This record gives sequence, C-alpha cells and structure tokens, in this order.
Amino acid sequence: MDLIARSRGDEKHDASSYSTLEVIDVLYDVMRFDPERPDWEGRDRFILSKGHGPLAFYAVLVKHGFFPALELDRFLTWDGILGGHPDRNRVPGVESSTGSLGHGLPMAVGVAYALRARGANEQRVFVLTGDAELNEGSNWEAILHAGSVALPNLTLIVVDNRSSTVTMGDIAGKLAAFGWDAVTVDGRDRDALRAAYERRAAGPTAVVAVVE
Amino acid sequence: MTTMREQAMATAVDLFERDERVAIVMADISLDYLRPAVEHDPRRAVNAGIMEQSAVGIAAGFALEGFHPIVHTLAPFLTERPLEQIKLDFGYQGLGGTFISAGAAYDYGESGGTHHAGGDIQALGSIPGLEVLVPGSASETDALLLASYANGRPTYLRTSVVENREPVEPAPGGLTLVRRGGDVTVVAAGPFLSRTLDALDGVDATVLYATTLVPLDVVTLAREAAAAARFVLVEPAYEGTSAAQIAAALSHRPTQLLSIGVPRRFIERYGTNAEHDAALGLDVRGIRERILGFLKGV
Repeated sequence: MDLIARSRGDEKHDASSYSTLEVIDVLYDVMRFDPERPDWEGRDRFILSKGHGPLAFYAVLVKHGFFPALELDRFLTWDGILGGHPDRNRVPGVESSTGSLGHGLPMAVGVAYALRARGANEQRVFVLTGDAELNEGSNWEAILHAGSVALPNLTLIVVDNRSSTVTMGDIAGKLAAFGWDAVTVDGRDRDALRAAYERRAAGPTAVVAVVE
Repeated sequence: MTTMREQAMATAVDLFERDERVAIVMADISLDYLRPAVEHDPRRAVNAGIMEQSAVGIAAGFALEGFHPIVHTLAPFLTERPLEQIKLDFGYQGLGGTFISAGAAYDYGESGGTHHAGGDIQALGSIPGLEVLVPGSASETDALLLASYANGRPTYLRTSVVENREPVEPAPGGLTLVRRGGDVTVVAAGPFLSRTLDALDGVDATVLYATTLVPLDVVTLAREAAAAARFVLVEPAYEGTSAAQIAAALSHRPTQLLSIGVPRRFIERYGTNAEHDAALGLDVRGIRERILGFLKGV
C-alpha cells in the first residue's frame, strides 16, 4: 500500500491498482523467479493482461528487487520507466507489454505452448485479466482453445471487481464449461489465493478472485 | 506447377523440420499442407482453430520465448481481423514473426468481397518496422521466406494465385533492375511484373521489380531511375499503396507519378481473375492504356 501511494497521476485507475494488490502479491510468493536474472529460463511467467492500473504490479516488483523504489516516484514521467501500462522492453520483470484488452491471454497460451515445446514442463504461466476485460471476444477464443488442449502449465487469474458493465454472471462456471478447472476465491484472502494458485489439473486452471 | 501458396507451406515445413526455433500457428487453413509439421513435432505446430486474433496472440507467445513463429491463413483474415494483435503483440513488443497469407487482393474472385484484401499491405504497412514481401513466383516465395523467417521483425509474406511468366532472382529487401530506358521509370511489384512488361511493349522504360514493398528500396530507386520525371507504380494492391514511399524517395527531383493498382472500391461481381483484371483495368490492355495516356499527358 505504501509503495503504491508513492506513485501519483493515475488516480482514475486506483480501483484497478488496489483490486489486484493481494492477488499479485500472493502470486509472487508462489512463483519462481530471480530478480537478479529477470530472463532466467527457470522462472514462472506472469502476464498482466489488464495492463491498466499497474501500480500494484510495479509495487510487487519493487518489493522483490526487480528495480528500485525510486522508480515509483517517477511513475508516468518523461525520465521514468513506469508508464500507465507496463512495457516489457523498459521494465525489468515485465514479460509482456499490455494495455489494449484481450491480448494477454492468447499470448499466455502461446507462452505455455512454447515452454512445453522446449521441454520446460515445470515452468508455469500465469495471466491476470479482469471481469470487464473478459468482455473482449479474443479472450473467449483463447479460453475455448486452451480448454480443448492439455496445457496444465497455464493458469488464468480473473480479478472480479464487478467492474463489467455487461453482466458476467458465474465466471468460474463459464470457464468450467469451456474445459477449465476453475475455482472462485475471496480476492483479499491470502491463504485462499495461495491454495488456489497451487492447485494443478490435467488442463488449464483458473482462479476467479472476487474483490468487492 | 507448384503454386506460391504450396511453396510457402513446403518451405515453412522444411524450416520447421530443420530449425527447432520455428513454430507454426494455423487458423484452420492449409491444414493438409502443414500436416507434416504437426506430425514432426505437435508441440510447436498448433492449429488454433478459426480464431485469427488468438492465432496471432499464440504466435506472439511463442515469439516471447524466442521462437520464430509462422502464422498462416487467408489474406483478409490474417491482416485485417487481427491487425491490432500484429501491431501490438509483435510490432510494439519488438518481436519477430512471419505472417503468410493466401488469396491476395481479388485472387478469390469467385468468392466475393468478404474474401478480398486490397488493403492488406496498406494496413500492415502502417505498423512501424513491419516488412511486406510480395513474391511473383513460387521460387521467389521460397527464397524470400528463407531469407526472412528469422529476421527478428514482423514480416508479411503475401502469396498469390497470380504469377509472373518467369521467376526473377529476388533481391530480398531490394529492387531488381529488369531493363533500362529513358522516357519513364516503372516500378512493378510481385505478380504484376509480366503484365507490366507486356503493357510497356515499345515504350522506352526503366523497369524496377519489387518483391519487398515495405520498406521500399528507395536507394536503388533513386539511383537507377531514368532522367525523365515520369514514374509509374504498378502494384497488386489498392491504388497508391506504395506511392508515398516513392514520392519520399524522389523528393529531391521533379516527379510525376502515376499509380496503378486495385481501384479503391468494393468489387461486386463474381468471376475469374481474367474477368476481374479486365473490369478493373489491370489486364495488359488496361495498364498499357493508362501508361500511354500518362506519357502523352492525357
């Protein structure tokens, strides 16, 4: 919270920043990574598909030493590396440049395939979307595709902060209908999040984290 | 005769089998051609299904992990529907990948406007750093794909059912000087070279052949152009698609430019390529009439 508060200028996305805080913080307790070697092949991958409101993500990266906290003070500034949407070519620890919604999940499917093709069967791919982002049809293409093939290294996290203007209903139920092993948890409950992330299945898994 | 599409698929499979860094992502098109890749290594030969946005996204995921992805489907569905995925997932992220289309412009003249793509090069050409390759024969398709598949940048390889009578030794990235003349300089692109040469019968023209339309080889153009101010561009895409690049290359000298290409309107009739060529003024007669009129100042 204190780290997020250092960065100003993107208050319109405060809801997104704060809704993902525990979700991402706990995820980085579960994931394997090395901040000294952001490109370490043995790392798990995380793609923040809903790239808006990235402050919680930036704060977690600072917490783990990917870059100094000083960068948070330069958020959205000419001399800084932290923009309103994360940039893989500028920010250590950012796997993918996102911002336009509906791109991260299909890319995560490709990363999951690529890791499998390389024989990196232990590495996992996590991708975070929001309930409103799931309005985008490209997500449902990828959900349909991934649910029909065996990609046990892929985990979709849906932060459901009830921001969708289209009624999304039972998101976990929809994902299950597409062949995903999906659970719904309290997005502020760190133990529940951890347990949900550690679940594995024969195919892709999903964690719907409800944040009121 | 091997078509450009067949050659592109065969070369892609060959690259796939020789280079473990190659991944192929399909969108339910050309599955029979690409089946050998799936049988060779199904872990990196993926049929996404009929979902072009996700096919490009999946390919970008492969590229993020260091692979050289090749994505293939029909031209409008590869270049227009997932345009933003090519722009952001590849262009903005700085990733390389090859996008191979079949069915250029009005190739599928009996299928109607849903399957036409006169604007593909213009659309993709708006993406900074993207390269557009327009071969005129199967052998050029092979050479261009071999030269570009691992170039680290998004690359569009546009195959066509229309081919030139004889292949030209391609100059990847460059223009090839076909003949030299003094009255006009003609840039002919891809499969429109043969008909352009026929249309220039008796005209004293310098002819430059382009298989790379984006970026256009402006150095060779400026160097080899005839002294005359008149230039003609003949390309199998919307009229004027490459005109801005030519104008920029010639900004140091007085220039008159005639752009010949696919008229910017929806094609409402069904028929063979020859029928469409004639109706659109893109057969030998139509191209010749426009060039001669231009040279006469009509």
